[in-house]
Amino acid sequence: MNPKIKVENLTKIFGRNPKSVLAKLKSGMPKDKILQETGHTVGVCNVSFEVKEGEVFVIMGLSGSGKSTLIRCLNLLNRPTEGKIYIDNEDIVEYDKKQLKEFRQKKVAMVFQHFGLFTHRTVLDNVVYGLEIRGVPGDERYKIARKTLEIVGLKGWESHYPKQLSGGMQQRVGLARALANDPDILLMDEPFSALDPLIRREMQQELLDLQSKLKKTIIFITHDINEAFKLGDRVAIMKDGIIEQIGTPEEILANPKNEYIKNFVRDIDRSKVMQAKNVMFRPSALVSLKDGLKIAIQEMEQSGISSIFVVDNDRRLQGLVTIDDAIKALKENKRLADILQQTFYTTKPETYVHELIPIATKSKYPIAVVDDDDRLLGIIVRVSVLSSLV
Amino acid sequence: MNNFPEFFRLKIGIYVDNFVKWLMRNFGDFFDGVSDGILWFLVKMEKFLLWLPWWVFLLMIFLLGWKARNFKIGLTFAVLIFLVGTFGLWDYMMMTLAIVLTSVIISLLLGIPLGILSAYSDKFSIVMRPILDAMQTMPSFVYLIPAIMLFNMGKVPAVFATTIYALPPVIRLTDLGIRRVPQEMVEAAHSFGSSGWQTLVKVQLPQALPTIMTGINQTTMMALSMVVIASMIGAKGLGLEVLVAIQHIDIAQGFEAGISIVFLAIIIDRMTQGIAKKFEYPE
Ligand SMILES: Nc1ncnc2c1ncn2[C@@H]1O[C@H](COP(=O)(O)OP(=O)(O)O)[C@@H](O)[C@H]1O
Ligand SMILES: [Mg+2]
Repeated sequence: MNPKIKVENLTKIFGRNPKSVLAKLKSGMPKDKILQETGHTVGVCNVSFEVKEGEVFVIMGLSGSGKSTLIRCLNLLNRPTEGKIYIDNEDIVEYDKKQLKEFRQKKVAMVFQHFGLFTHRTVLDNVVYGLEIRGVPGDERYKIARKTLEIVGLKGWESHYPKQLSGGMQQRVGLARALANDPDILLMDEPFSALDPLIRREMQQELLDLQSKLKKTIIFITHDINEAFKLGDRVAIMKDGIIEQIGTPEEILANPKNEYIKNFVRDIDRSKVMQAKNVMFRPSALVSLKDGLKIAIQEMEQSGISSIFVVDNDRRLQGLVTIDDAIKALKENKRLADILQQTFYTTKPETYVHELIPIATKSKYPIAVVDDDDRLLGIIVRVSVLSSLV
Repeated sequence: MNNFPEFFRLKIGIYVDNFVKWLMRNFGDFFDGVSDGILWFLVKMEKFLLWLPWWVFLLMIFLLGWKARNFKIGLTFAVLIFLVGTFGLWDYMMMTLAIVLTSVIISLLLGIPLGILSAYSDKFSIVMRPILDAMQTMPSFVYLIPAIMLFNMGKVPAVFATTIYALPPVIRLTDLGIRRVPQEMVEAAHSFGSSGWQTLVKVQLPQALPTIMTGINQTTMMALSMVVIASMIGAKGLGLEVLVAIQHIDIAQGFEAGISIVFLAIIIDRMTQGIAKKFEYPE
């Protein structure tokens, strides 16, 4: 499948005559020297990446690293100095005025750091704006806008003015305004940075919930690595106009490319990034229901463990037996199925490690990781939870 | 030896005279057209105001004052206007008002587009700024000179001079109002694919409106102050009454006409300020 967005060698230079600086930049002159000599600021330098449909792609970097410059290229609020931006295989840089207008009206919508709401319009009239520009008839656009406001939890606030709302609610309006247009791509430039931490976390969760239903392609900008790793399917880390590393949060955590990224990653709370599937391992021993007691005991003794998970032919989890129960049952001539215990914990592979920590410390037995069909994927023991965090 | 040498006498007035004559020769039709247009509008306005029964006008002022501010202020406005009537100056007030309204309307028709242009183009704004500064620092009666040169005596040059004098605030404040619209808001408009015109009409102008209204208030006040001076070139109205009173050293008449102008100024100022307030958006 072709990527939804494909950016190739994108460079954006600010100044009087940006093209004149390209050669210098390519010859490897550093940014600050270019600024000193020519008065041009290099915002983004030779950046390439791809974003898949339905992906949340987070661009993370410190202030001034060129994140805004980059995302604003994606709807041509900034015109690239050089490079190509393919969206659905069309190079948007080549669009003429009419095509660009249509592209902005239908395909992308932007959410701004300081919300960018029209303070002279009511909440409802803000949300209606994009549809109004597209020429959607009055009744229909208000119907859509009301529905969208309901989705972001602002039902009943339609006739208020933006300034009468709290920051979190204002950004919901911003989000609703973007969503009302039903764009394929959402561009979000630090949408939660202006909110206080509690509200921010709430909004992050809501965005995730929303995204699981809407499946938009989202480019999300943040300077907060925790936010980046929480929201991003993949994360690009920027520094001085360059992308230093792109990868899934786990990849970046496991394999930071250089010191700069290592420093970032050090701050992160891994337990909120690592999921059960990242810390589980294949059980060293496993018995099938039809194997019987003897084999179970044998397996446990061989591996030096005191309990073992029991599965059926399809690897569906049936229960757990301890070595003590097994030996006793053998003497009493019982069958394996009679002594299965259910006192262990199970979890889904996507559960975050921070939710597993209390369980892991409480539980006598390993935690079983199972899929939706109850098939055993792996197990997690207390040490592996703790060791994943350092 | 102490006198300025005659040798250095520069007869610049001649050139100006020539320039105006040249203008009249080449653009005479244009100025005639403008003159006719202004006169037509002004006469219509004056006729209308004079045709209005006095109590209807009073009622209108009361209602406007009530709407723009509150009941008590509306009532005060009506009383002030009534007083002017009791001075026997009703018709003169209407003539003055006709010139003020005409000048203000022309000022807005010119000033708002110029202000928009100036907000959009830094070059234009750099050129405009010293001109506007000069227009505002120049003593107001200086405008009478080109007005007479181009339109002779009477009402039309009065409107012309008043318009020129009252123009700067609305240009300045339209410019300021549009420039002050937050960048992010304008970008939000662009990001939804708005055309330049849509951005202007749906976002920039509504955002700038409270500021523009302040400009309209200032423009109206300046127009009123200019109208008094413009009476020197033959526009009938309250100003002329003051002028005549000064010439005859008639304190009573001077006071009555003068205080009427003050009443008018107060009413127009409070009313436009009140309207301007209505255009602010809830915080
Ligand atoms: N319109 C502009 N004109 C000149 N320089 C700019 C402009 N926009 C951004 N820059 C410069 O580009 C660099 C990157 O800025 P930006 O993309 O806003 O960073 P970030 O969003 O990561 O904080 C900064 O050095 C900034 O000063
Ligand atoms: Mg930024």
